[in-house]
Amino acid sequence: MFVLQIILFFIVIGTTGYFLIRRIRRIRSNIRLGRKIDRKDHPSKRWKNVLLVAFGQKKMFKKPIPALLHIMIYIGFLVINIEVLEFILDGLTGSHRIIGQWLQGIGAFEFYHILMNTFEFLAILVILSCLFFLIRRNVLKVQRFTGEEMTSWPKLDGNLILIFEIILMIAILKMNGADQVLQSRNVEGYPETGSLFFSKTLFFGFYSKYQTDFVVVVERVAWWFHILGIFGFAIYITYSKHLHIVLAFFNTYFAKLEPAGKMDNMPEVTNEVKMMLGIANETPQEQPTEIPRLGAKDINDLHWKNIMDAYTCTECGRCTSECPANLTGKKLSPRKIMMDVRDRAEEIGESLRRGGKGFEDGKSLLGDFISKEEILACTSCNACVEACPVLIDPLSIILQIRRYMAMEESSSPQSWNSMFSNIETNFAPWKFAPSDRFNWSKE
Amino acid sequence: MNKDLNKVRTMADFAEKGESPEVLFWVGCAGSFDDRYKRVTKAFVKILNHLNIQFAVLGTEESCTGDPARRAGNEFLFQMQAMNNIQILNSYHIKKIVTACPHCFNIIKNEYPELGGNYEVLHHSVFIQQLIDDGKLKPSDNNAFKGVKITYHDSCYLGRANNIYQAPRRLLESLDADLVEMKRCRTKGLCCGAGGAQMFKEPEKGKKDINIERTEEALETGAKTIASACPFCMTMLTDGVKNKEKEEEIKVLDLAEIIAKAENL
Repeated sequence: MFVLQIILFFIVIGTTGYFLIRRIRRIRSNIRLGRKIDRKDHPSKRWKNVLLVAFGQKKMFKKPIPALLHIMIYIGFLVINIEVLEFILDGLTGSHRIIGQWLQGIGAFEFYHILMNTFEFLAILVILSCLFFLIRRNVLKVQRFTGEEMTSWPKLDGNLILIFEIILMIAILKMNGADQVLQSRNVEGYPETGSLFFSKTLFFGFYSKYQTDFVVVVERVAWWFHILGIFGFAIYITYSKHLHIVLAFFNTYFAKLEPAGKMDNMPEVTNEVKMMLGIANETPQEQPTEIPRLGAKDINDLHWKNIMDAYTCTECGRCTSECPANLTGKKLSPRKIMMDVRDRAEEIGESLRRGGKGFEDGKSLLGDFISKEEILACTSCNACVEACPVLIDPLSIILQIRRYMAMEESSSPQSWNSMFSNIETNFAPWKFAPSDRFNWSKE
Repeated sequence: MNKDLNKVRTMADFAEKGESPEVLFWVGCAGSFDDRYKRVTKAFVKILNHLNIQFAVLGTEESCTGDPARRAGNEFLFQMQAMNNIQILNSYHIKKIVTACPHCFNIIKNEYPELGGNYEVLHHSVFIQQLIDDGKLKPSDNNAFKGVKITYHDSCYLGRANNIYQAPRRLLESLDADLVEMKRCRTKGLCCGAGGAQMFKEPEKGKKDINIERTEEALETGAKTIASACPFCMTMLTDGVKNKEKEEEIKVLDLAEIIAKAENL
């Protein structure tokens, strides 16, 4: 039985590792479908963003209630992971509470006792927070969790994550409850943990009615359930909006550092304009053999950070709830833009891996996922960018698509085309003669 | 001494006399052509002259910065405009620019450097606030806005785009005005609806126009003066106030106009 458990654990952890690594590689290659962009300058400023925005959750606190509930789950997640480490070590060595035994060995038993009680306290906070979140989603129906893009899967995904977390936390408490019954009966292999308040209160009385053999089974089942649940959850989140728990750290590191109002320059256009104006190019660049598409029509026209943004998005809807276009009933929803980019990246990535048509599938991000109407509704006000707790930049994608519409398709609205020709001929967006520009001083 | 508060000299004039101004006032298209915003241009000119600041304008040598073209996706047109402007600015060895338009401010400050235009660029709200901080401009204790309820509308291209939230407010506070905030303000300020080249097209289909939503928020504050700092916001809010048929009682004024009026210029 003992050896069997170790073998089984090796199989389980190996399988999990295999699927997890495969999926991580796929996501990474999907992100790399995007164009190159340098986001490695000023590392100290980038680390500051990681510390303040990802670790410190600075931007979450614009909405204090969800921020508080969220931080309880977040701390629970971070701290309870220490216990997962013990789970894994136990699984690999066939021991039970290996860290506890080691701490007891060096005379720090009380530390383990406090640690376990802390874990349980956090587990309770996580359960309560998840319950509140479920109520907010399903009973109070907070408005930002609705919207056109919040179809059945995103809604189910949101609920599944919360339910998953609740069940995992209950498994820990049940396990500790059963464990304490076994300790009280001096069953071999169950070292002393000291009294654990929450699990004892909730489950000790219940399990103490049963025979030792049964309680051993309960403890083992809860242990396996928890560790399998953790592994399963780890794989699940790579397919889910919940990936933000990992990518938030990367995404805040690689976020844009310049003022939000600054648009990326297009050096390929600069070269051409300089040639047209007869300005010598001080840094002559090699002419690319293939002229890249101007602006973005599909995933590979965007830069990789746009796609990382899409995988980081947890669909909280803060962007959409602040968007002036969305607030006044226009079709644009920044959250939908992010979800569309992720869906398209997944679709292309999957197709390329299977030797399918990839980008030649007759579809594109603009047209099949995102409509022109959405793109044209944006006021570039940066409200969505400001609202995002993990520094996602939906505006960058919108503006790149506009470039494609204006320069490759010439499909800008007629009034914009008039504005363009006014600037071209009158050097002002309105139809005024350039020679009249200084008339105001004489009026 | 009766000094001419409306006096404006062009950069060409300065160059001809071998002089150089302290600062170049970038007037912008709205400031040059839009009837309403020309009044803002003139108010700012009065402030500059009142404080004996040597400034120049480009006059007919000025040209659209290319902001609406770039935001609408026409990068070629933007870069053509930008390069031409940069050539002119650099030929005059311009170091410092002030403008009353947040869109011109943002694009010259943030987007011209990559194309070879490097200047110190200030929005007029920050410029005026610095004058107040330096003690050069001292609003009188009995100015026309003392105790008057004013609400300030954050321009996206000043606020979120460039983190300028304090200067416009401090400017109003220096008048002892009763500054009241709208429901959405500062980082959460609601756009007027004109940014991103929306100024130059009809809005997309929706249930409401953005400027009406914003105007309603401004009216809810009970302020009779809405302060703005951007030509597009000015147009959108003025239209919104007209839509609500409140143009008799509610005034939309630019910060420069408020200061000029407070100083009796």
